[in-house]
Amino acid sequence: MFSSAVGVLFDGFAYGMLLFLLSVGLSVTLGMMNFVNLAHCTFAAVGGYCTVSLVNRLDWPFLAALPAAFLAGAVLAVLLERMLFRRLYRASDLDQCLVTIGVAFMSIAAFAWFYSTEPQSARPPAYLIGSFELLGRSFGVYRVFLAAAGLLITGLLVYALERTRFGARVRAAVDNQRMARGLGIDVDRTFLFTFALGGGLAGLGGALAIEVIGLESTLPLSVVLVYVLIVVAVGGLGSIRGSFVAAIVLGITDTAGKYYFPWLGAFLIYLVMVALLMWRPLGLFGKR
Amino acid sequence: MKKLLVAALLAAPAVALAQQPIKIGLVLSSSGQFADAAAQLDNGIKTYMKMHGDTVAGRKIELIRRDTGGVAPDVAKRLSQELVVRDNVDILAGYVLTPNAMAGGDVSAEAKKFMVVMNAATSVVITKSPYMIRTSVTLPQVMETFGTWAATKGKLKQSYTMVTDYGPGHDSENAFTSAFKAAGGSIAGSVRFPVANPDFSAFVQRAKDVAPESIFIFIPGGAQPAALGKAMAERGIDKKKTKVLGSGETTAEAALKSMGDNALDIITAWHYDYTSKNKLNVAFVKEFNAMHGRNPDFFSIGGYDGMHAIYETLKKTKGKTDSDALIAAAKGLKWESPRGPMMIDPETRDVVQNVYIRRVQKVNGELTNVVFDTIPMVKDPAGERRKQGQK
Repeated sequence: MFSSAVGVLFDGFAYGMLLFLLSVGLSVTLGMMNFVNLAHCTFAAVGGYCTVSLVNRLDWPFLAALPAAFLAGAVLAVLLERMLFRRLYRASDLDQCLVTIGVAFMSIAAFAWFYSTEPQSARPPAYLIGSFELLGRSFGVYRVFLAAAGLLITGLLVYALERTRFGARVRAAVDNQRMARGLGIDVDRTFLFTFALGGGLAGLGGALAIEVIGLESTLPLSVVLVYVLIVVAVGGLGSIRGSFVAAIVLGITDTAGKYYFPWLGAFLIYLVMVALLMWRPLGLFGKR
Repeated sequence: MKKLLVAALLAAPAVALAQQPIKIGLVLSSSGQFADAAAQLDNGIKTYMKMHGDTVAGRKIELIRRDTGGVAPDVAKRLSQELVVRDNVDILAGYVLTPNAMAGGDVSAEAKKFMVVMNAATSVVITKSPYMIRTSVTLPQVMETFGTWAATKGKLKQSYTMVTDYGPGHDSENAFTSAFKAAGGSIAGSVRFPVANPDFSAFVQRAKDVAPESIFIFIPGGAQPAALGKAMAERGIDKKKTKVLGSGETTAEAALKSMGDNALDIITAWHYDYTSKNKLNVAFVKEFNAMHGRNPDFFSIGGYDGMHAIYETLKKTKGKTDSDALIAAAKGLKWESPRGPMMIDPETRDVVQNVYIRRVQKVNGELTNVVFDTIPMVKDPAGERRKQGQK
């Protein structure tokens, strides 16, 4: 009983870290910039496909492909932001939804065109595959890696936003745009960087997710988007801490639900979402 | 001279007929979650037409494609109606998904249109229209056969079932379980995954903790078999102790690729695999690769054989597209397919074919589903029971 609980907690935590990486960018853009980007998982898919290309076609090592996946997500985010999304910062939520859903559909078609609709895979190195025994429980090596990578990135992110000049600018631009402009902060550029960072993290998440969730051309509008939106809503818009906690809570709930109450299927995660939102309608750490 | 004139006059309608193309309306789920299935089925159709020409009995074949965008019986019904009424198609075909095929079946029955189901595998689909044949597979055909095999030749006493929580998953679970029990096996437990399920580790862990003698899996094709396979590898399910059984999708090409050596020793029952070495299949796979740059799968073979059935039927009716003549000609049709011998059951209009029991092994360094047992010419057991019930 005890060992199964440890296993479930650990698996759920690792899964939560994956959800966190996939969703934190959306939380930031939605909360800070008030921009409803339903094409967020497109960045994840781009990161995933970039990894697939590099690992399978150009024989890059898996770990070296991860930064490239981050870059791919970030570059796409910059392109979309400059060409399309920045024009919609002041548009209504509905307009933003429609445009970004359209972008997601177009990206699905584009992935299907270039990579076919076939599910793709990129195998991580042998030392990340398999499992080891500890306390009579087997732990997946890749999940340990996932958890470690997630924690590392969270640390970097918190440091960047709380302790660096760039972070100070982002926080200033979000809290009071006019004042920030008055102080000479280039708000436009700050938003662009924030967007790129969010896209990059999603790209990285997409690359790491191949081994757990898989990768198909329909990823941008698949169940992954639903999970990402749940994390953002439960965590509270714009709160990195909120996304972090929400992702872990949901990851563990989902895993525990499937293990202990499989007849409830994946429904438990929705029950938890409803309960949490009734308790805190703005999300766990939401401010507005 | 006179004779020539008469001959010309007699030939005239035939010429007019020959100039008219035969229209086939294809209803597929070309976008959405099942886009890859539809693409592969369509690739099978294209390959058949490349290999066998686009003219049958002197008439050109014209395909009209429609996209349902996923599971959408209402859309499938509307598209089928439009194909019949507006585009005047002679034959309805395609139908990747069961709900869509059921809806298309209504249209076929009402409009008396010959219909060829090229994938949808739920047994009951075939009862929807007396003008329908099926060229893919039925789930009970494979799964009941597999259940019986597992408990007899497979020498297994106990199994734990894991299926996706939707129609075909329930059908497979029931079919496997009932046949397995009837042959003396017992079920240690069962679990159903949600249709949209990104992470399988918890389900697999649960199965592992039960430590059954074997695990039976049914999961739709796409990204999921690979994700499940990886979870099984990660959880360290020892296939020496726990035999893993599944449908062909579990060890489809993409799934094998992403599972790697962890897929070794999984036993599956299925009706087609692209690695089969018979001459027809080798030629088919070669042409398919040249055209589409990938290997065919069971969707492709459903499309390929569907076109073959249409071509052979039209040859028998000499290009006539009267629905009663078409269905009469299609009943009892027998042919050699790349998958092996097959037949359209003259009574149930359903597919009759070999079920192959395969094990994943390394052949020349490549993971391959190696056939080690064949159950010849299996009829759909559910269809047989329906027939019994009617008598």
